[in-house]
Amino acid sequence: MTVADVLLGVLLAGLTLYTLLAGADFGAGIWDLLAGGTRRGAARRELIAHSIGPVWEANHVWLILVITLFWTTFPPAFAAFASTLYIPLTLAALGIIGRGAAFAFRKASHTLVEQRLYGATFAISSLATPFFLGTIVGALASGRVPPGIAEGDIWRSWLNPTSIYAGLLAIGVCAYLAAVYLIHDARRANADDLVAQFRRRALATGVLVGAAAVAGLAVVAADAPDLFADLRGRALPLVLLSLAAGIVSLVLITTGRYRLVRVTAALAVAAVLWAWGAAQYPVLLSPDLTVAEAAGDPTVLTTVLVVLGVGALLLAPSLLWLFSIFQTSRRHADTSPLKRGT
Amino acid sequence: MLTELLAQDAVPADLMAARVQMALSLGWHIVIASFGVGMPAVTVFAEWRGLRTGDAVFTRLAKRWAKAMGVLFAVGAVSGTILSFEMGLLWPGLMGRFGDVIGLPFALEGIAFFVEAIFVGVYLYAWDKVPPRAHLFAGLPICVAGVASAFFVVSANAWMNQPRGFDLVSGEVTNVRPWEAMFNPATPPQTVHMIVAAFMVTGFGIASVYAVAMLRGRRDRYHRLGFAIPFTLAALLTPVQVVVGDWAAHFVAEYQPTKLAAMEGLAQTQAGAPLSLGGVYVDGELRYAVEVPNALSLLAKWDPDAVVMGLDQVPDDQEPPVTVVKWAFQLMVAIGFGLLGLSLWWALAWWRRRGPPRSPWFLRAAALAGIAAAVAVEAGWVVTEVGRQPWIVYGVLRTAEAVNPAPGLATGLALVAGVYLLLTVATVLVLVRMARHRDAPVAPQEGVPEPVDSPR
Repeated sequence: MTVADVLLGVLLAGLTLYTLLAGADFGAGIWDLLAGGTRRGAARRELIAHSIGPVWEANHVWLILVITLFWTTFPPAFAAFASTLYIPLTLAALGIIGRGAAFAFRKASHTLVEQRLYGATFAISSLATPFFLGTIVGALASGRVPPGIAEGDIWRSWLNPTSIYAGLLAIGVCAYLAAVYLIHDARRANADDLVAQFRRRALATGVLVGAAAVAGLAVVAADAPDLFADLRGRALPLVLLSLAAGIVSLVLITTGRYRLVRVTAALAVAAVLWAWGAAQYPVLLSPDLTVAEAAGDPTVLTTVLVVLGVGALLLAPSLLWLFSIFQTSRRHADTSPLKRGT
Repeated sequence: MLTELLAQDAVPADLMAARVQMALSLGWHIVIASFGVGMPAVTVFAEWRGLRTGDAVFTRLAKRWAKAMGVLFAVGAVSGTILSFEMGLLWPGLMGRFGDVIGLPFALEGIAFFVEAIFVGVYLYAWDKVPPRAHLFAGLPICVAGVASAFFVVSANAWMNQPRGFDLVSGEVTNVRPWEAMFNPATPPQTVHMIVAAFMVTGFGIASVYAVAMLRGRRDRYHRLGFAIPFTLAALLTPVQVVVGDWAAHFVAEYQPTKLAAMEGLAQTQAGAPLSLGGVYVDGELRYAVEVPNALSLLAKWDPDAVVMGLDQVPDDQEPPVTVVKWAFQLMVAIGFGLLGLSLWWALAWWRRRGPPRSPWFLRAAALAGIAAAVAVEAGWVVTEVGRQPWIVYGVLRTAEAVNPAPGLATGLALVAGVYLLLTVATVLVLVRMARHRDAPVAPQEGVPEPVDSPR
């Protein structure tokens, strides 16, 4: 195993964490969008804002880390990727601006009109961003980003059946993860009605997204037969792992194991990403750009790997502290925003 | 053949669109990022004074600034992300060849930014969840990481001015030495210049908000301190920045003489070169400028008779847009000296009377200083970026060779420009509203506006 392989693993791990953490933040925004009228949706919106407020920026940094590590580790692949896919990347970038800025602005504004405007921007961009990011994954997985600068079709590379499938799947996955995570958050806030609401949503999206993911494989089979063959071949154990974890999650939700289901739901999603990685390895860009060929200078790769290792020693305890502060502290019932004014 | 012609046709307009988009995104981000670098220190200082003295005014200021910092940090996080996307989607020719060479500072920046994001989460949302002392200490990593981020990112830009740490063997990049690339000769002057500038933008920027309030008659202790803390910081750094700026100029004179010639609009290589103020550079000569004899040689080389290289030594196809660079440079210097004067006024008043200047003109000038400092930073970036043209990597790679050849970049620019316009309007509105709204909570889910001066 080369340093480039290890860094590819780090990239995939970073992408997984981005999906599991920031994906859930986008999903929370989707539930905000679907929360209904101002009065009816207020409690749900407040739980969502409260859950993602302290952590979304840290969760977002995984994407920056993945992007910079991508160009450092595989410069020619990154150049091909970014130049061919510049349209969905620009759209995703605008979605990222809209989500992050509008969420902060809504928090800082006091009138209903402003809060509605920023809230709508936040929610709509929470829906759009995962879609575009999903189409980008679909473009890579279906082999539509050839090596070389802007060699691919700037439209059909990401507007094709596999990309649309991946984009919709990304939306579904984000919504599913958010619903699952929010059940426990609602329980910690002592909001029983919200627990029931997100429980229903987690079950519904779990069944829906799971079924759509499996049914959608027919699209992949027709549109990207090579990818499908690998998913059915060496990536099959991971596909089955995802399926199993998804089914277990449904059982855990119905039996009220709201903390444990976070792990299995995350596993169900992560295994999809890993299956993609396993299916494609060692080819980074179809048809023939491999990990070894695309890898940057070996000295740089080793240095960056060491730097990341040292950085992890700094980051891991900090991150655990951040999550522990907001996942363990129990707010006083009388100051809970979920109780106020209801 | 035909495709080649088409490609050539497509490039100039799209190259300009890509450059404008990059300038817009970078120019936007740099102002917000300056606050990201400087504001944590100012806020943590106020919090520390509040804890030490028990003076509630300091704590109120710290909470207010933390809230503004939360908005600015969120906006800065996303506008910075866009830049990392744009590095690839606008300049794949740069990233494909040199992505690994400049990868190290970006990996380090990623870690620093992570530290910042984590502790900002704690700092903004856990004010009442952790003990006061722990909260104060949670602010320190934000201060350190902000400065570190600025250092890493600017060192990558410095590399574009002084590309080092790799060998070119028949066009192939080999034998990369990442630390040498990161610590290239331009890194020390450029990073120090930018970090000091960030603190000045923060200091003058926050102070200008309170200057406006004081001009409107709100002169209680809250507003006086809200002005004095950031303004004093900026006033102390301004003379430092004049020295650092001189260092940076000497660096440019030695390492990037073309850029210096453009900054000064010096047409002919000559001994005892004059310093020219203003003017327009047309057809290889500078017109309508006021000249100070021998001053340029003296400033750039410490010798009034020294030879300074002019633009006549630069091949036509390697000449940057002179007038833009020259005016941007002079604007930056003029603002710098204006801010120096304002800082001296402040120092003099304290030295003479142990109090702030009494003239309303001081506050009027201070109210403008925040915008002026930000304009100076923009002008400085125009100098370093436009002054490097036509190179994206000085002497190694042309900007035109690095740009994404895909069609439609101009449309992308229009879209991005529209979003940034909305973002600007919204950011300004939110911050203005925030400055007017008194005693709002740090995080809205705290619900009721808490009595900020209550002992915890």
